[in-house]
Amino acid sequence: MSATVRHPAEPAPDPAATAPGGRSRPGRARLSRSQLGHARSLVGVVPFVAFVTVFLAIPTIVVAVGAFTGDDGRPTLSNLSALANGYIIDAFTRSILLSATTAVIGAILGALLAYALVTAKEGGLLRRIVTAAAGVLAQFGGVTLAFAFLATIGWSGFVTVFLREHLGIDLYSHGVWLFDLPGLVLVYTYFQVPLMVIVFLPALDGIRPQWREATESLGGSTWQYWRRVAGPLLAPAFLGSTLLLFANAFSAYATAAALVSQGSPIVSLQIRSALTSEVVLGQQNLGKAMALGMVVVVAVVMALYALLQRRTAKWLG
Amino acid sequence: MAGLTLGQAPTRRGRPSARRARRQRLFRWVVVAVLAVFFLLPLFAMLEFTTRGAGGKLSFDTWKLLFNWGQLSQTYPDLSAGITASAGLVVLTVALMLVLLVPTVIWVRLRLPGLRRVVEFICLLPLTIPAIVLVVGLAPVYAWVTYFLGGSSLTLTFAYTILVLPYAYRAVDAGLSAIDVRTLAEAARSLGAGWGTVMWRVVLPNIRSAVLSAAFLTVALVLGEFTLASLLNRSNVQVAINLLGKSSATMSVAVSLAALVLAFVLLLLLSLVGRGRRRAQEETS
Repeated sequence: MSATVRHPAEPAPDPAATAPGGRSRPGRARLSRSQLGHARSLVGVVPFVAFVTVFLAIPTIVVAVGAFTGDDGRPTLSNLSALANGYIIDAFTRSILLSATTAVIGAILGALLAYALVTAKEGGLLRRIVTAAAGVLAQFGGVTLAFAFLATIGWSGFVTVFLREHLGIDLYSHGVWLFDLPGLVLVYTYFQVPLMVIVFLPALDGIRPQWREATESLGGSTWQYWRRVAGPLLAPAFLGSTLLLFANAFSAYATAAALVSQGSPIVSLQIRSALTSEVVLGQQNLGKAMALGMVVVVAVVMALYALLQRRTAKWLG
Repeated sequence: MAGLTLGQAPTRRGRPSARRARRQRLFRWVVVAVLAVFFLLPLFAMLEFTTRGAGGKLSFDTWKLLFNWGQLSQTYPDLSAGITASAGLVVLTVALMLVLLVPTVIWVRLRLPGLRRVVEFICLLPLTIPAIVLVVGLAPVYAWVTYFLGGSSLTLTFAYTILVLPYAYRAVDAGLSAIDVRTLAEAARSLGAGWGTVMWRVVLPNIRSAVLSAAFLTVALVLGEFTLASLLNRSNVQVAINLLGKSSATMSVAVSLAALVLAFVLLLLLSLVGRGRRRAQEETS
């Protein structure tokens, strides 16, 4: 394409070949030619940039600007102040509670599983199978996951029926909790644990056996090793992974949308009802304000995650 | 130093570490077994649910219907439309991702190294924007898409390409980091190759497995996507499953399981490809 701009196999226009007096001119010509080459190189990224502008930058701007725009198109803060409404605050609180709970449960169970894998033989079958399965299950979400749990502990699900007919236990003696927050916690755990295994395993792999041996040779016990050596080293990685799990649960939508058909307990479902229902006058851009709120939460969490990730890399990278 | 201590007092040091190994083995199997039950139970329940016949007998009617395309599209037209749309979206999104992302990433590496951070930032940006937020901003954009291209479900491919950017970028970028792109390109250029030849015949074959994993990830993501399709009023297999769940739970669970198994197989293949690549690297280095 730009073969004429810079062709190493063709050294003909070498400044050294020209007379000493004319040295400056070819030099300047080459400079402008390399600028031209740079400009031509930029053409190569135009399709990508154009696409990203239309389908990523514009939607982001629409959300950001819409959150501050009233129905009449004038800038306003009323959308943001509408976020202080009781039901929206409740939705945010429940979303944060749900995400934090599943993040902590997922982080603890996932860390245990990851540690179990680290104690296994490196490159062994168990470790290979579990890592591959975790990779698959962490991606598993959405509607299929909701239906998996409907088939398991739904009203006529396998476990429900088995417990009812064989052990006389009624899972739903206190009401059907699967379609509410407790159910969401259980279902979300299903993809949080594998994600934790994936993100935490590299940190655990960074722990060197020599550190343990050094602790022992200095007379330290197992407890002291975990309390004073491994614990502090792993803490940033563990916290960071937990934050990632939080962001993951906070942005999830499909699983909840398929499970919860009545009411909108969490933010992502509130945005759905703002998008699909008849728009309340004066609140056309409320959905955008809630969306902006979500982005802010996720962005803060991810920034903290990046910070902790950098700290982790210092020792366990 | 640790080895020295071990050598000096083998009996005193040897016993606790053997006990620890035993304890660790027990811990390992307990954790793995408990979690395996938790993770396999829903999958088994799905299978049981879809093979439940009248009078507690085993019945494979649902599965027979699912794999009988003609009858399926007659009985559940929405479902077969959704499956067709998802299949089309998979092909289109993989193609668009390959055409748009791969050449750009290679080009930036070779000719515009100053832009590398910017492109990386753009590609990873969708990770911090939840799909439910993206759909809010995409709604007006898709009003234009519908105006120019019509309301076909296949137009979702544009939004899906954005969603797969982070995963595809990381796969391709890792592949490019593993080879010496610059030297390869300079060698090819000094032999008289044009930039097109460099990208298509020199760099691309060297990152084949990375591109393959980007494509696999794209397939898995597109097959599982629900948020954008449902809120932009288009159809795909997940939207169809969700709709069907209200009338025929058995069939929707069966399709869920089939979609899941498909994603499983794809991602397991992907992890095999990844391992093959790592092994090849270890051998060359």
